[in-house]
Amino acid sequence: MSTPMVRAEGVRKHFGRLEVLKGIDLTVERGQVCCLLGPSGSGKSTFLRCINHLERIDGGRLSVDGELVGHRRHGDRLHELREREVAERRRDIGMVFQRFNLFPHMTALENITEAPVRVGGASRADAREQGMVLLEEVGLRDRAHHYPAQLSGGQQQRVAIARALAMRPKVMLFDEPTSALDPELVGDVLDVMRRLAADGMTMVVVTHEIGFAREVGDTAVFMDEGVVVEAGDPSRVLVEPEQERTRAFLSKVL
Amino acid sequence: MIDTKPPLGTLPDGDRSTPELEVVPVRAYGRWIATVLALTALVGLVGSLARNDNVHWDVVGDYLFAPLIFDGLTTTLWLTAAAMALGLGLGTLIAVMRLSASPVLYAVATGFVWVFRGTPLLVQIIFWGYAAALYHSVQIGIPFTHVTFFQAETNSLLTPAVAALLALGLNEAAYASEIVRAGIQSVDPGQTEAAHSLGMRPALTLRRIVLPQAMRVIIPPMGNETINMLKMTALVSVISAHDLMSNIQDVYAQNYQVIPMLVVASIWYLALVTVLGVPQAWLERRYGRGTARGGHVSPFRRLFAGAGGLFPQRNNKNDTSDTIEEGGR
Repeated sequence: MSTPMVRAEGVRKHFGRLEVLKGIDLTVERGQVCCLLGPSGSGKSTFLRCINHLERIDGGRLSVDGELVGHRRHGDRLHELREREVAERRRDIGMVFQRFNLFPHMTALENITEAPVRVGGASRADAREQGMVLLEEVGLRDRAHHYPAQLSGGQQQRVAIARALAMRPKVMLFDEPTSALDPELVGDVLDVMRRLAADGMTMVVVTHEIGFAREVGDTAVFMDEGVVVEAGDPSRVLVEPEQERTRAFLSKVL
Repeated sequence: MIDTKPPLGTLPDGDRSTPELEVVPVRAYGRWIATVLALTALVGLVGSLARNDNVHWDVVGDYLFAPLIFDGLTTTLWLTAAAMALGLGLGTLIAVMRLSASPVLYAVATGFVWVFRGTPLLVQIIFWGYAAALYHSVQIGIPFTHVTFFQAETNSLLTPAVAALLALGLNEAAYASEIVRAGIQSVDPGQTEAAHSLGMRPALTLRRIVLPQAMRVIIPPMGNETINMLKMTALVSVISAHDLMSNIQDVYAQNYQVIPMLVVASIWYLALVTVLGVPQAWLERRYGRGTARGGHVSPFRRLFAGAGGLFPQRNNKNDTSDTIEEGGR
């Protein structure tokens, strides 16, 4: 069996005295789509942010494609990596935020080409060409020279997805990508994500879209109060869950 | 039975057929009276100054373009530019230090701001002018050893011009650091996270993502600081740095024409400050890219644009033309 794309073993995290993650075990295989669900405050977003080391973990181990995130192992010790090394590992991990976080002083195309040129060492011409292809894929070729403020929320989020894809990541993390969108704009973003999944991208998606999780997800993980309550096939976890807590949550959101 | 009520939210049919009504703007009588009063006062003041013999307009004319004045102007200009460059560069460094996780860096930066913002600029200028009385020579080497890389007499290093530059620049750094810090903190932390998640390092993130956005907040107060600096260079006349004000003082110390010489100085300072507004407006546009702001048009510009700022407009199309209209949905 090949190494899983994302592997979490006993991941712990606390903010001050508040323990947000109480030992998370999770494996995402290559090309799989893993959907994280749960009530707010359950730690699912925090866990997602640990995967690309935006949050430092306080215990356990987290690796992406067989490489530890944020640490290097020396015998029995885990040494924290320098900013430079962390930045290098983050290139392989794309992230899409709830609030888009596009760079407002750059056009859609400049948002996409910034990292490949400045970090990836691509030539400006190549990056632009690739950027236009990505914009085409998310259906926004004609918006290349618009600033984020001139785009709708759904368009901004699709640019943000294209921006993350421009670094050719091995895995894509989505942090509630449709939660800040008007209902009629959600569909376009989910369509892009559906196509991405069909193309074989490994994805970890924190979402409240039960329908999306059931249709696209290979695994569904239900989290509550910093632990994984139940995980498995979405058609089981999200339809006839074993745990009472999962059932209670689903009855509220459906 | 047929319901004759129109659906909610629509006008009854009878009202819709009325002809389009003319909108009559408010008549601003108070504004007219205030305008006439202000004009009268202005004409009176300018007239009394123009006809006042004590101003000695002939002396003003003689000295306005005198070589000595131009020498002073040159010094004032480079001093302003160099002190602002030093202030902004050092100020950015101090701002980053104050935002650093290291308590020592934070304390050093905070101490710097405390000292240089907490003592009068005039005191600092005189202090640097007389620094030779504190340290007779300057040595740069490794502390507590005899290794010395550089050694010189303080007086030969600290010429009045250098002392003036140091005093103004270090003082400015203290103020600029606070402006830059506020600018950096005004940028959404999500921007840094997005940049980091793309693999950008902290230094690159600061330079490419955070600072360009912080500039929008930084530029207006820094424009103010530049204008202030231009005028504050007049203070270095106390250590005879040969700026505009020093030279003006030299002249009136000899010919006793204090008022005309001060008019000459004022005309030049005003002219320079006016010119400074141009690059500031350009910078604000440059760093305002991607935002819908900056759409305010002063009544003055509307007046010159022929729209007549004093007359309320029936049609406000002109006012909204520079905001971004494309929603793109």
